[in-house]
Formats: sequence, structure tokens, C-alpha cells
Amino acid sequence: MNLQEIVAKCKETNDFDTLVKGVPYAKTIGMSCIKAGDEVIFMLPANKDNIGNPTLPAIHGGVLGGFIEQSAIMIVLMSMEQPHFPKVVDLSIDYLSAGLFRDSFAECKVLRMGRRIANIGVTVWQAKKDEPIATARAHLLLT
Amino acid sequence: MTQNDSNPPFSLEEGLNMFLKGVKHSMVLGMEIVEITPEGLVVRLPYSEKIIGNPDTGVIHGGAITSLMDQSCGLAVAQALAPDFDITPTIDLRIDYMKPAQPHRDVFAYVTAYRKTKSVVFTRGVAYQDDRADPIANCVGNFMRMGISKTPWSPEARPEGSA
Repeated sequence: MNLQEIVAKCKETNDFDTLVKGVPYAKTIGMSCIKAGDEVIFMLPANKDNIGNPTLPAIHGGVLGGFIEQSAIMIVLMSMEQPHFPKVVDLSIDYLSAGLFRDSFAECKVLRMGRRIANIGVTVWQAKKDEPIATARAHLLLT
Repeated sequence: MTQNDSNPPFSLEEGLNMFLKGVKHSMVLGMEIVEITPEGLVVRLPYSEKIIGNPDTGVIHGGAITSLMDQSCGLAVAQALAPDFDITPTIDLRIDYMKPAQPHRDVFAYVTAYRKTKSVVFTRGVAYQDDRADPIANCVGNFMRMGISKTPWSPEARPEGSA
């Protein structure tokens, strides 16, 4: 199956986890995709291999970055009429508090889907959605 | 180097390597410090199957580069604060991707802490494969100084003119 067929099948079965699992890096950090009605939430389970600060312990900031980036790529793939991998142009992450050793969740907002560039806002939380541990903004090239 | 009275437990190089080896995820990705210069340092991220972002091309995921840059900037902060040591969480990190990394080849990060104040350390750097002047990615990251602990690193191990 090519990417377009995979995305079409994911939309049909409402199961985007297959698509995430097809990316080796996403598998390495252990992320998954949850559909709650029409809402899409990405999950990064607590994983010892993702630890950055060993004393807290806390998730590596880079892992949160990778999680955010893959979430943004996924949300753009889902929004495309002719799905193909978008290229990340830039990513700006604000770390609001330490990501503790527990599950993390991300939600993306497509702030603008232009013809060539998409602007995506991402919020990451652990305990409560209105207490984010990180926020991010990414530009992705669609062409 | 002469043994001095304060008996520093380790050199800058040893201290930075201890810091890196304590970070589980960076070890999982196989990062290592390959060069420490007076201005900054170079960290290697080896190519591996587990960091592939596009299975069709074998190109690595930007997330692995984000981890490399966050880790390298954190090390540059530690270098800039040596011989003191502090807990320095990342405040923010911005990465611009200029081009994809070539598959099956290592990626290097060259980073510097270009300014430090009482509360914040400012860093910047590039990710590259062949030439720093032709980078894969550029990054800037700011780090908070928590002022939590100080350990006596060997002062003479600190390169002349480091930030």
C-alpha cells in the first residue's frame, strides 16, 4: 500500500495508529494516536528510554520535540486531500514545566492550511489539558 | 595538570561525559561528544534504524535532530557554567530545517553558549553532516539557571576564553 491508500484506510477505519506505527522513530519513542469521536489526540506513554533528567525523573526535551513534530506531521497528513509527507520547515517549542515520568498527550490545531505552508499549534499536557507542560508552533511545507 | 588543593573530582571533559551518560534517551540514540573547543562542542548522532522518519527513503526523523540539539545545547550550557554546575532546564528551543539529512550517515551538532546571565544561558548551534557552513538545521535554545547546586570542576580544565 502506498501512503495515500494507508491514509484513506485509516480515515475509513478511524484508526490512525497504524500510520504512526509505520514510522520507526515514532515507534522508538512509543507514541500512539487516539481518536475520540472526531478529535485526534496523540499519546506518548511513560517510557524509561525517553528519560532526559535522571534525578526528577523527567522526559528528554528532545523527545517531547519529536513527539510534537510527529503529531504535527500526522495532523497535516489527515488534512491533506492528496496525502504525502509534509516537510517540517521550523519548530518552536516552549517548555512550560518538566515532563514527568508519566503519560503525555498532545493535541494539534491547524491554524492555517495554505496551499504551500501549514501553520500548526501543538499543546502537550500530562495531568490536565488546561495545565500544559509544553506548547509549540510549527510550519510545514506541503509542496 | 597539577593536583591542586581543592582536589577537583573530574575535568571538564569527564564532567560533560558524565552529564551525557546520565541522560538515558541520549544514550539510547547513541550520542557522544567528539570535540570540545574553547567556544563550544561537537556531538555525534549515529545513523540507526530506530530514528528513521521516512521508511521509504531512510531519512531520519526531525525529532532525533531535536533531541540532538536539545542535548548538545544543554552540554554547552554546562560547559559555559563550568567549573560551577547547575540544573538548567530548557526554556525554549527553536529549530529551522534547511534540508533533510542524508540517510545512512551520522549527524553532528556544533553548539555554543554565546551568552550567560544570572538567570539564563543563551545557546545556538547547527546540525550538519559534511560542513558546518552547509547545515541540515539551525537552532537556538535558552536555558534557565536554577541555582541549585555547585560542584567544583577543575578550573584549569576549562578552555581559555570559553563563554
